[in-house]
Amino acid sequence: MINKREGIPCMTLFDIVKSFGLKVKTGKDRLDEEVTGGYAGDLLSDVIAHSLKGNIWVTIQTHPNVVAVASMKELAGIILTGGREPDSDTLHKAEEEGIPILVSPLFTFELVGKLYQMGISGMGEC
Amino acid sequence: MTGAGNNIPFREMFHIEGGNFTNAGSISSQVKKILMRAGFSHGVIRRTSIATFEAEMNVICYANQGNLSLFITPDSLKIVVEDEGVGIPDVDLAMKEGYSTANEKIHELGFGAGMGLSNIKNNTDEMILTSKFGQGTHLEFVVSLEGKDRLVPLLSTKE
Repeated sequence: MINKREGIPCMTLFDIVKSFGLKVKTGKDRLDEEVTGGYAGDLLSDVIAHSLKGNIWVTIQTHPNVVAVASMKELAGIILTGGREPDSDTLHKAEEEGIPILVSPLFTFELVGKLYQMGISGMGEC
Repeated sequence: MTGAGNNIPFREMFHIEGGNFTNAGSISSQVKKILMRAGFSHGVIRRTSIATFEAEMNVICYANQGNLSLFITPDSLKIVVEDEGVGIPDVDLAMKEGYSTANEKIHELGFGAGMGLSNIKNNTDEMILTSKFGQGTHLEFVVSLEGKDRLVPLLSTKE
């Protein structure tokens, strides 16, 4: 897929990890996944309603249901912000379902701003 | 797999304990696994899992206890959720996106966006919601099967 705004290929999770020095907690073997765009939110039903397939999801929720949501919506991965670490149940479930979980020390606003600058949009066109 | 009958090749019932957030989401994961094992298409599994997840969370967040049943028939997947609890005083109002009676604890965990019921409606082909205030709520929804998904219920009953 080509990024409509920048005219370059879509970012992969690996590009994002590299650019922001994110900690990779799960899904190390799935970082070549293309990111189609992004969604930020901490209310699960809102994310279910509005995120798109292949999106990177930015949230502060750390419990196992984030994995259920990411898996149902076929999201590319989850970034936990503010240095929040996933619960141990969450790690387990993420490994089982093959969902990458990344951790950023930045708060949501800062991280989303940087992702947007990098070319990732909220409109599903990466 | 359990269950046999002419029109219901498969049925399974799960108990949901109200207020137990530790296992929240486990029933919808089990339903999802059953549907994956049976071999339904991506879209059918996704829509049914989302609706089931929302229904399960509603019982955990708002009811004392409930049962969720999955029925696989030749032409549809049907979920029936029956709970005992406070019920819903105004069903039309509850269906409005953004309307929620969730408390602080529910919000902290990321539930109670007021979008669960509309997510169920948007991902299913039929939805019926009735409630007796002070007693409980009855929810049913159906995901219709089309094309090759119609063959799955026949095949999966052999197990």
